[in-house]
Amino acid sequence: MFPDDLYYTEDHEWIRDEGSEYVVGITSYAVEQLGDITYVELPELGADVIRGETVATVESVKAASDVYSPVGGHICEVNDFLESRPELVNEDPYGEGWFFKLDSVRVSELNKLMKADAYEAYIKSLEK
Amino acid sequence: MQLIFELSKKGRRGVQIDPLDVPDVSPPSHLCRHTDLRLPEVTELDVVRHFTRLSRRNFGVDTNFYPLGSCTMKYNPKVMDRIAAEPGFAQLHPHLSSCPAFLKECQGALALIYHLERLLAEIGGMDAVTLQPIAGAHGELTGTLLIAAYHKDKRNEKDLVLVPDSAHGTNPASAAIAGFKVVEVPSAPDGTLDREAFRAALTERVAAVMLTCPNTHGLFEPAVQQIAEMAHAVDALMYYDGANLNAIVGRCRPGDLGFDVMHFNLHKTFATPHGMGGPGAGPVGVNEKLAPYLPGPRVTKTEEGYELSEPIKSIGKIAPFFGNFLVAVRAYAYIRMLGAEGLEAVSANAVLNANYVLSRLREYFPPAFQGNCMHECVLSAVPFLQHGVKALDFAKALLDKGFHAPTVYFPLTVKESLMIEPTETESRDTLDAFCDAMIELARDASESPEKLHAAPTTTPVGRLDEVRAARELNCIYPA
Repeated sequence: MFPDDLYYTEDHEWIRDEGSEYVVGITSYAVEQLGDITYVELPELGADVIRGETVATVESVKAASDVYSPVGGHICEVNDFLESRPELVNEDPYGEGWFFKLDSVRVSELNKLMKADAYEAYIKSLEK
Repeated sequence: MQLIFELSKKGRRGVQIDPLDVPDVSPPSHLCRHTDLRLPEVTELDVVRHFTRLSRRNFGVDTNFYPLGSCTMKYNPKVMDRIAAEPGFAQLHPHLSSCPAFLKECQGALALIYHLERLLAEIGGMDAVTLQPIAGAHGELTGTLLIAAYHKDKRNEKDLVLVPDSAHGTNPASAAIAGFKVVEVPSAPDGTLDREAFRAALTERVAAVMLTCPNTHGLFEPAVQQIAEMAHAVDALMYYDGANLNAIVGRCRPGDLGFDVMHFNLHKTFATPHGMGGPGAGPVGVNEKLAPYLPGPRVTKTEEGYELSEPIKSIGKIAPFFGNFLVAVRAYAYIRMLGAEGLEAVSANAVLNANYVLSRLREYFPPAFQGNCMHECVLSAVPFLQHGVKALDFAKALLDKGFHAPTVYFPLTVKESLMIEPTETESRDTLDAFCDAMIELARDASESPEKLHAAPTTTPVGRLDEVRAARELNCIYPA
């Protein structure tokens, strides 16, 4: 149900190790809960962020929600396409709908995140 | 239906301007516009027909039941409009009060401001009230600015405001604009504030706690007095969001519960027009801790009559003149008309009506929380997801049944939420008709979900593309 190569947070962000960089987005579960996304506010390029810091905002027809950084690091790239095409998050949350990339990541913090099976169990506990 | 711009024909006029009877002046060219104003050119009859047609498409509390949760869409008695239209109120020049020589010309209006402030202070258990804020969220901003001024004056170094996850989005927004960082406190499974999480979040850095009580789950916070004591122990102030005051008005006073500052929504609790028909008004009440910082001018009563004074530590003006004065006139009339017993009956019937709806609908739409509710109930449409029917589909289908939709997808803590607030002004017949419609829709949702997906079919426009409207917002009529 959720891609195996990602780490997940309880706030429904995902993060993918791409060698020198880490890519961050929001999960298909978050997208399903939010409904059609109408606006994405991206983090500032070059900012240093800590784990759990509010770095982006996503607005849908239902609600506006904060997006938190899953780990500490340095924002080295943001997905500018989302500003004009927020629907990419709905269409492809793990691909073209990515939010930002981090480098200088605190790798030890990755161990605090969930793998796909643990995240799936966490979602099941929320659905009860 | 055509826009008024589409009715425009070059040269048509609805007014005839009198010949110039004062000396002609020509402002310097750089101050003049050099393109057409592009106003619609129409006759008086075109204008009358256009807006009469528009008004007939309006869906309001004067035409239909309007159970929009957390908005308190109660009936606005027409006598209040008549009183507000009295020339002594309606045609008063607002600058009369700015000039000491003319203060005697507006004593009646100042007396009304003075007495309404006193009445609201009594209702809220507060020491002083300002009528300046012109909306609920504006009241919140005023309240959080007063809190900031209080801590600054005491040289308290505080930068956090605690807000429950069930709060209206305006609470964190107001706190943030006043310069605070917002810390969200989760709800417990029973829908009230998670007290352990609150205890953990409450530090010396906390400037204020913003609570809505009853909260947006329609539940009274049972621990509100302990919460206030804990907050006061670290000199954090308690803010009462008056959005749900209709549930307790006349029975229990926020000041007695331990709140230091609150706003009143005159357009909710006190029956003045609401929504786009407003304007609104969000007076703020404070206890003696915050009274020195209130916006000025303040109306004071002396032996010579009503006068104006400026509090030395005031945060300054937050709206022109005295806020939306004619809204205040309506609220004053409402309170005087009902009296203390009448206000008690308001909250009693508001709570009774919400529980009546809850008890009739609970077997079809599971309530988000156990037990009785206060003035509104939060139900869930989750059981119908298996048929592909969402809360939004119920909202649209209700329009075809002649009812305004309840609030949907709020509070955010409840999935597929339907938040129903009937208010005290609805009869049992209306409540039954609404519940019958909801039960019928619940049956349709299971047996023929396509009916709900197609709704609404009886409104001037059908299902709108809300996503496109939000993504491609464009309010400008093209040239």
